[in-house]
Amino acid sequence: MSALIPYIDEPHPVTGVTNAKLGMWLFLASEVMLFGALFSTLIIMRTSATDWPAHGSDVLNVPLATLNTVFLITSSVTIVLSWAALKMKDLKKFKFNMGLTILLSFGFLVIKYIEYTSKFHHGHFPSTSTFYAVYFTLTGLHGLHVIGGIITNLYLIGPGSKMWEKEPERFTGRIECAGLYWHFVDLVWIFLFPALYLL
Amino acid sequence: MGHGEMTVEEVKKHVRKYYVVFSALLGLTIVTVAISYLHLPIFQAVLLAMAVASMKGGLVAAYFMHLMDEKKIIYSLLWLTVILFGFCMLIPLFTLHGPQTTY
Repeated sequence: MSALIPYIDEPHPVTGVTNAKLGMWLFLASEVMLFGALFSTLIIMRTSATDWPAHGSDVLNVPLATLNTVFLITSSVTIVLSWAALKMKDLKKFKFNMGLTILLSFGFLVIKYIEYTSKFHHGHFPSTSTFYAVYFTLTGLHGLHVIGGIITNLYLIGPGSKMWEKEPERFTGRIECAGLYWHFVDLVWIFLFPALYLL
Repeated sequence: MGHGEMTVEEVKKHVRKYYVVFSALLGLTIVTVAISYLHLPIFQAVLLAMAVASMKGGLVAAYFMHLMDEKKIIYSLLWLTVILFGFCMLIPLFTLHGPQTTY
C-alpha cells in the first residue's frame, strides 16, 4: 500500500515552502550540528595538543587544497546554473551544467586521493598524531559527503531526469534540494580549508 | 528559493548575480591564502581567516542557497540552528577549567 506525500511540488499553505525543501533544510540543520561538534573538537584538540604543527601548511599541501577550493566553488556555481536552466525550461543546458558539477566533484576526489596517498606513503595515518586524527576525520567525513552528492547528482542527470517530461516542477524541486545539499558541502569546505591547512 | 514562478528575464538576472558572487568567492579565496603567508600571531590569524571564511559562507548561503529571499519558517529553523551551533562552539571554554589534559 502506498500513499502520496503531499506538497512535494507545490508550497504547503502553512509553511509557504514545499515539504521536500523543508525536509532538506531540516536535514542540513542536523548536518550543521554534526560538523559543529567536530569543529568544537578541533578547537579543544588544537588548544591542548602537545604535538600540533605551527601552521597546517607545514605538513599539508596548500596549493592542492586551494585548487580543491576552486573546484568546489565552481561546482557550486554550475549546480545553481543547472537549476536556473530548468527554470528557463532548457534541459540540455541543465545536463551540461550538472555534468560540469559532477566532473568538478570527481576532480575534488582525485586531488583528495593524491593528498591521502602522499600522506600514507610518508607514514602519516590517523593514529600518527592528534593533528592527523583530526585531519583525516574531518576531511574524510567531508569526502563522504562529496561522494553522496556525486551519487545523487549522477542519478539526477541520468535515470532521474526522466521525471522532467511528466513532472517538470517536481524535478526542478529535486534539483533545488540537491543544490542546497551541494552548497552545504561547499560551505563546510570553506571553513575546513583555513582551519586545517592555513592556521 | 522563494521564487516559484519566475520569468526568463528574472532568471537571467539571477544568473548574472551568480557570476558576480563567483568572482567574489575566487577573490576571497586568494585573500584567505595570502593571509596565511603573513604569519600573524595565532589569535589574529584565526580571527581574520574565520572572518573571510564567514564572508564567503555568507555569499554562498545568501545567493546560491537563496537565503536572501526565503520563507519565514526556514529563517526560524536556521536561527535555532545558529543558536545551538553557538553553544557547540562555546563547549571548548569549559575545558579551560579543571585539571589540564594534553593529547
